[in-house]
Formats: sequence, C-alpha cells, structure tokens
Amino acid sequence: MSNTDKNEILNKMQERVNLIFKNSDCSAILDKALTMKQDDIIKSVTDSGLRGRGGAGFPTGLKWKGAAAASGNIKYIICNADEGEPGTFKDRRILEEEADKVITGMAICAYAVGVSEGYIYLRGEYNFMKDKLQGECDKWNDKFKSKKLNFTVNVRSGAGAYVCGEETALIESMEGRRGEPRNKPPFPVGAGYMNEPTVVNNVETLAYVATIIDKGADYFKSIGTKDSMGGKVFSVSGDCAVKGIYELPLGMTMQEFVDLFGDGDTKAVQVGGASGTCVPRKNFATTVIGFEGVPTGGSMMLFNSKRSMFNALRNYLEFFEEESCGQCTPCRVGCQQLLKGIEAIRSGERPVSYIEELRKLAVTMSVASKCGLGQSVASPFNSITEHFREEICY
Amino acid sequence: MTPNKAFSEAINKHGVSRDSLLPVLQYVISKEQWLKEETMEEVAKAFGMSAAEVYGVATFYSFLDTEPRGRYVIRVCRTISCDMAGKKEIIESLKNELRVKTGETTPDGMFTLLETNCMGWCHKGPAMLVNDDVFTELTPDKAVAVIQEYREKSKQ
Ligand SMILES: Cc1cc2nc3c(=O)[nH]c(=O)nc-3n(C[C@H](O)[C@H](O)[C@H](O)COP(=O)(O)O)c2cc1C
Ligand code: SF4
Ligand code: FES
Repeated sequence: MSNTDKNEILNKMQERVNLIFKNSDCSAILDKALTMKQDDIIKSVTDSGLRGRGGAGFPTGLKWKGAAAASGNIKYIICNADEGEPGTFKDRRILEEEADKVITGMAICAYAVGVSEGYIYLRGEYNFMKDKLQGECDKWNDKFKSKKLNFTVNVRSGAGAYVCGEETALIESMEGRRGEPRNKPPFPVGAGYMNEPTVVNNVETLAYVATIIDKGADYFKSIGTKDSMGGKVFSVSGDCAVKGIYELPLGMTMQEFVDLFGDGDTKAVQVGGASGTCVPRKNFATTVIGFEGVPTGGSMMLFNSKRSMFNALRNYLEFFEEESCGQCTPCRVGCQQLLKGIEAIRSGERPVSYIEELRKLAVTMSVASKCGLGQSVASPFNSITEHFREEICY
Repeated sequence: MTPNKAFSEAINKHGVSRDSLLPVLQYVISKEQWLKEETMEEVAKAFGMSAAEVYGVATFYSFLDTEPRGRYVIRVCRTISCDMAGKKEIIESLKNELRVKTGETTPDGMFTLLETNCMGWCHKGPAMLVNDDVFTELTPDKAVAVIQEYREKSKQ
C-alpha cells in the first residue's frame, strides 16, 4: 500500500467514527440530557453498548444503574485521568482539547445517578494542564448553577504512582492515604470515596457519554461490532510509519491495524500497555482488536524485527516491580522473581527450563494478587515468553 | 521554629482535613521541590497525625520527594517507547552536562537528575519533565539546550 493510500484509508476510518474530537455544543448536549428522564439516560447509555475505556471494559450503563440504586448521604463521580499505563496518552489529548465533553459526561452522570460532587483525578505528570483544566471546571460550575444542576466539579492531582489508576487506590489517595488498593467488594458504586457511592469512569468513557446523548445510542451502536460497540481512541507508538492518537472503530483485525500504522517490518504488537498482551506476527490476521479478541485501553506499541523482546519484557517487569504497591506478597515478590528469573536465564545462571516455573508463577500471581496490577502481569509475561521464547532465553 | 512559609500558604488554601493532605504536600513540593523532616512534622501536627504516618504517605508517591532535591527536578522517561526512541543517549548527555549520576543533585543545588516511568508522550519520545514542564522529541543537544534555558531562567 502506498502512503497516500494508507492516509486515505486512515482518514476514512477516522471520519467514520469522528465523535470525540469533533466540535460540538456541549452546553446544548447537557440541556438535552436535563430534559430527559433519569432512567432514560441510563437506558440510553446501556443500549449504546458503551463499555469502560479505562481497560477493564465494564458496561458503563450497568455501573451507573448500580450507583443510582445505591443509597448514601452524598454520591460522587470521579473521572479517572491517571493514565499511567505505559503506551497510553489519549486521555491527555482528550482533556487538552475536549475537556468540555468530559465534564459534560460527568454532569450527565450527576443528573442521571444523583451525584452532587465530581473530581477529575489528574496524574501528576499532567500538572502542566492543571490550571487550565480547573479553569474549565470553574466555567462549568457557573453553568451548572445557572442550569439549576446541583453539581460541582474540581481537579485533584496524583503524585506519580501508577497503581493509583486502580479505582480503589485512587480513592485512598484522594482521601489522603497511601494509594493501596482495597479489597473488592465492596465496589466503589456502593462504598467508594468517603465510603459513599462513587462512580469511577475513564476520561474517554465520559466523553463518549456526551456523544451518546448527543447522537443517540443507535448511532454509537452502528459503529464497531456486536461485542465492541462504538469508537475507541488509540495511542499508537513504537516502530511505526505513523504514530499518535487516532479514533477508530473497534473490531479491526491486527493485520489491518499493522498495515496502516506499521513500518513494514512489524513483528509484534503489545496491546493494552505493559499490562496487556503481546500479539506476534503469525496471529495478526486472526486477532480482533476489541472485547471479543484483545481488549484494550487503547495502547498499541509496535515492535519491528530489529527489536529485542527480552528488552521489552525486562522493561515491563522493571515497571511493575517499581510500581507494585507492595501490599500483597504474590505481586511484591512475584514481580521481583520474574525480573530476576529472566535475567538469570539470560546469563546462564538458570537453565532454560526455568522459564516454565516462571510462567507458572505468573499464573499464580494472576489468581492470588489483590488487585489488577499483580493479576495482569501474567498477560505480558506469558504471551511474550510463549511467542518469543528464544529471544527471552538465549 | 519558624513556621514554613509554603506550608502556611498551603493550609490557608486547602485546610487541614485528611483529604487535603496530598494537596498540601503537593503545594509545598511546588515551592520547595522536596519535603523536609521539619515540614513533615509541622504537617503532622496540623493534621493531627503522627509524623511517621505523613512520612508513610509521602514516600508512597514518587513525586513527593523526601530527599533533598534541586530547584529543577529533571525526570527522563525510561519506559519502553522512550527507551526505543533513544532515552539512553539523553541520560548520557544530561549526565555529562550536569556532571552527576542519575539520582544525584548538582552541587549548586540547581538540578536533580532522575528517571521516571511512562509520562504519556510515548509517540514523541524521548520525553522528560523539568518540574511540571514537558519536553518531547529530545535529542542529546536539545536536552542540553533545555538545561541552559533553565540556567538562564534561574538568573532572572
Ligand atoms: C493498576 C491499574 C491501573 C489502572 N489505571 C487506570 C487509569 O490510569 N485510567 C483508567 O481510567 N483506569 C485505570 N484502571 C482501571 C480502573 O480501576 C477502573 O476500572 C476504571 O477507571 C473504570 O472506568 P471505566 O469503566 O470508564 O473504564 C487501572 C486499573 C489497574 C488495576
Ligand atoms: S497486586 Fe500488587 S499493586 Fe495490587 S495490591 Fe497487591 S501488591 Fe499492591
Ligand atoms: S514511554 Fe516515555 S512517555 Fe510513554
């Protein structure tokens, strides 16, 4: 494919979705929501098929329904803008360019669920935009008052801890504590921030809510596939012909994706960041990007044949070892052992067969760890060691 | 002991309820780059907590430094996309320019050189932060030019 052809296809695909970065009148969208019945909003979000864009893919309508039914003295919504997953940077652009949609999504939740306080938890690395974002919040807080919506939204900053993207760790952090994940249940929708019902949604999820109210659930549903409805904002990096932030339909095959973005020599794609799955070239044609195949928070890291997958895996393990909160043993010790283990195989200190023990350890971590951080280390570890065993061991 | 000015401003702005702890510590960091032991003791007193607990919270977060830091804290991204884009050369050129190792502060107290995890600019790596400012698509020369900019800035 020539570059012009690629660009044309890419533009067409972006045009096909074109929801998040399209100019829209968010004040009018909120007005529209405020004329709807609360239940109808939740139904609309449910019907759209929207699933959380923060990685876990929980159905948004169902989460809202749970929070609406929960009882408490006050309810909260937190927009998760911690965006710490390696290879993910789409929320940054959404907040920089489309904060209106995100805040509108929060306000729609506030109205539908009965929430009166909202926070945007912005990672410390994004401090550069904090004042501007708080300015947007102030502007909207005035609007809410004039629209007689009992809701305020403000920015809180993170302070450099990946695990705080996990919703209960985020809540601990907002309460002024170490960001150590809680046991679930109870889930935040029942007992979250300050022990009150709390909706935690990703930046992109909330922006999509605004577009669903604007254009209707059916429109959203018409994009993507049966299991993966709507668009998705991808963060594309690594060895690419083009990289950056693209809003595309879900449900593409990896081959289609690599044909558009790769440098012609792609040997693997790490989908979903360090905690995601590695897809090797031989599986490109059969792998669907979406909830029915490889689900993703949008991080796509491409590796060409000159790259060492040992380096990539070691880099991920160093990341997890450092970011593990250390609260539970399988994750704290497991991350260290996996890292030491692949280094020991490499140096000949351990036999190649030791890799099988490490793979079992990763599976144990996925069952025995307390939160998603420790639980997901097996995804990169076991996919990379399965498909690139020679590179890891020799 | 004279009360810490940044700390007084911080509690005027944010108050002393527990959920204000991070905002207060962050405010002090924004003025002083790191949390001194005395400051954490003051915070503890004001919040009705033990100093150990404040320390425990602070040390959890990589941006709440409890060790001396320079006026400008440089954090170079070490995660995979930046690594593949040439992070190592950036660190080398900064080490050379500043004559420090990673983790150290220049003797004049101006710069601290650190590494950090993915900071959300992977398509424009190598990337680094200097305090809150972001620098992307770095080359060794560009990184040195950034340092010079801050040197100039500090003279004003
Ligand atoms: C270690 C870890 C880090 C996470 N980081 C983020 C993050 O940066 N942003 C995010 O939206 N969700 C993150 N999540 C998922 C959240 O816990 C939560 O599922 C999500 O914010 C819910 O929003 P959604 O349903 O709209 O996706 C993380 C989860 C784990 C286990
Ligand atoms: S799995 Fe890891 S990050 Fe999660 S609670 Fe346990 S130690 Fe902390
Ligand atoms: S890998 Fe460096 S910013 Fe993401």
